Amino acid sequence: MSREVMEYDVVIVGGGPSGLSTAIKLKQLNPDTNVCLLEKASEIGAHILSGNVFETRALDELFPNWKELNAPVKTKVTKEKFLFLGKSKSLSWPTWLLPKVQHNHNNYIISLANLCRWLAEQAEALGVEIFPGFPASEVLYNEDGSVKGIATQDMGLDKDGNKKDSFESGIELHAKVTVFAEGCRGHLGKQLIKKFELDKGKNPQQYGIGFKEIWEVKEEKHEEGLVMHTAGWPLDQKTYGGSFVYHAENKQVFIGYVIGLDYKNPHLSPFDEFQRFKTHPSIKPILEGGKRISYGARALIEGGLQSLPQMYMPGALLIGCDAGTLNMPKIKGSHTAMKSGMIAAESITDHLKDNKNLSSYEDKFKKSWVYEELHAARNVKPSFSWGLILGIIFTGIDQILFRGKLPFTLKHKHSDYETLKPANEMPKIDYPKPDNLITFDKTSSVYLTGTIHADNQPVHLQLKNKDLPIKYTLEKFDEPAQRYCPVGVYEVQKENDIKKFVINSQNCIHCKTCDIKEPSQNITWVTPEGGGGPKYGNM
Amino acid sequence: MKILVAVKRVIDYNVQVRVKEDGTGVVTDNVKMSTNPPDDNAVEEAVKIKESGKANEIVAVTVGEDKAQETVRKALAVGADRGIHIKVDGIVEPLAVSKILHKIVDKEKPDLVFMGKQAIDDDCNQTGQMLAAFLNWPQATFASKIEVKEKSLEVTREVDEGLETIEVNVPAIVTCDLRLNEPRYASLPNIMKAKKKPIEQINSSDLGIDTKPRIEQIKVEEPPKRKAGIKVASVEELVQKLKNEAKVI
Repeated sequence: MSREVMEYDVVIVGGGPSGLSTAIKLKQLNPDTNVCLLEKASEIGAHILSGNVFETRALDELFPNWKELNAPVKTKVTKEKFLFLGKSKSLSWPTWLLPKVQHNHNNYIISLANLCRWLAEQAEALGVEIFPGFPASEVLYNEDGSVKGIATQDMGLDKDGNKKDSFESGIELHAKVTVFAEGCRGHLGKQLIKKFELDKGKNPQQYGIGFKEIWEVKEEKHEEGLVMHTAGWPLDQKTYGGSFVYHAENKQVFIGYVIGLDYKNPHLSPFDEFQRFKTHPSIKPILEGGKRISYGARALIEGGLQSLPQMYMPGALLIGCDAGTLNMPKIKGSHTAMKSGMIAAESITDHLKDNKNLSSYEDKFKKSWVYEELHAARNVKPSFSWGLILGIIFTGIDQILFRGKLPFTLKHKHSDYETLKPANEMPKIDYPKPDNLITFDKTSSVYLTGTIHADNQPVHLQLKNKDLPIKYTLEKFDEPAQRYCPVGVYEVQKENDIKKFVINSQNCIHCKTCDIKEPSQNITWVTPEGGGGPKYGNM
Repeated sequence: MKILVAVKRVIDYNVQVRVKEDGTGVVTDNVKMSTNPPDDNAVEEAVKIKESGKANEIVAVTVGEDKAQETVRKALAVGADRGIHIKVDGIVEPLAVSKILHKIVDKEKPDLVFMGKQAIDDDCNQTGQMLAAFLNWPQATFASKIEVKEKSLEVTREVDEGLETIEVNVPAIVTCDLRLNEPRYASLPNIMKAKKKPIEQINSSDLGIDTKPRIEQIKVEEPPKRKAGIKVASVEELVQKLKNEAKVI
């Protein structure tokens, strides 16, 4: 079947901070470069979810006048707290005893989704063609094996793959350089890493799942500019994770929880840990009398420098969280993603002008402050594989005494899908029932994401082996997909005594956790029809 | 034949609508907006008629703030030829919209005016009918099937009793039901082409129309929360409860 073809100098896949920064920088360096950016969400920002305490370093470089341009970066951090939580007590850790990377004065509490919407406006004003609602579903290759571009998803197929009346064929976008900026665990990025062996000699990538809710709280509970983080309860010492509570503008509080996906107990439910966290005596009072107005979740990439794949390949670049530029101890990835995109634009401009090899990206990246940051941060996450206490002690030495300059590099040993222990060896966890005031169930939560996928389309969560969930994963791990999915896509149902694995793909919020954590890597996330997925507002 | 299609920008139908704390309306900040769904059906039908050779021009029109243009742009991407945006800030009631559309019809002289049967934000279901009154044109509301004849339309209407088929003379107003058709997807090349199609900008004040709301909105409230149900042990108990407690049988 021949598809319509459109040609560009540069095609960018993904309208997050890295992709948009690439687009903007390309146009700033050479307004004549033809740039096209695709986004799978119905509009820019609708699939963006992030804490977010924002460091403006990359934005300062991209738009030194961002304040005059009215960027939605307004709420300055005014106060910081760090709490260690026990079951009912909390210990406040003095901020001067925190590593410097965790200091946030000069940073801002923002909605990354709104920042992306603003970046998209700037990009369009510079002449970038932005197409929301068009997922890139396939990488196209030249005969010599280099990346030729991408194809967009066909629209209007029924669940068996037959064309409906509304069928609209995907098209091919060919480019001199294709930039993959899909965010954490991009489904094309994953294919490229494998095909070009970009992760050869690197440590296995590490991931986490992050939850976020936006609450409108009582005026007297609101302290605009306050940033609080916690570690400890409800997680045990061996599970990596923590919370954030950010007091944003308009009486809103962004509250969230991040759990490393290298957790071992298949009975653990990240969603329920987050809900339970909100009942802690030092958290609950902030929310009481308030109202939850948004909910969402997204996997994030935590492997750092050790796991960072090679970011260039023939005809293409892999940037931002699609590669893994997040700075874990800083709990920030937006500024590094943006910078990685800006460096990409510089390399591409050189490539288009002087036919310079795209491998120049690597040199530029290594000379940049992103590399410096990631290098200093590299030992923090792996040290927490020894448990919370040892992790903290080591991180104190590494970050406060040596400022990340210890002469060795710790390794990540396992992929996250390998870490689960058999269900019968691990304790069951008894999670409290939701009270519908502070804590909620998945059904009422998914409702707040506004997620939708057109009925009767091919299931975009594909099983390599359809029998495996019931025959193996259920028996050995009590099918953890029922718990790690933040919106209840996966269910084990019993019909006439026969157990059935059900995939409610219409609820999917594109967090990619299943693609990462499924113990046999049996679930593959592919792109659904364009415009599907969550409709996040100011997440 | 020339078809004018009216489209409205509303809160996306998948978004959970929140009431403002002070009860003065609903929250529209940080909320995804889209074209009113039955307006998409109206555009689709117009494009189908044009594709069948029975119409030669489709003009998409919207009334609202600057961003309302997005709905016109979308109509242009699926086949409308050009657009008109009448700029009005704040709430515009159906009466004002129909007065504005009246002016536009006088100017554009279309043979047909299509629009959704109602908007999903205010559920008024009035604009088409009021416009028909202003123009003194026949109207076919809740259309689920349209057949274009020589100088008339045969329209099947969704009514409470079932389906009603009527014939209206052209020029006419048709308000469209969701069952009318399945709106197509805009293809990427067509979205690009749509960016180059013209959208005429008109200020409502230049049309000499007073768009001030005539209705005073007193309060907006969320519907009461549904109470938890109960489980009954047997059919007998259910019947008994329906009879004695709910008193519905």
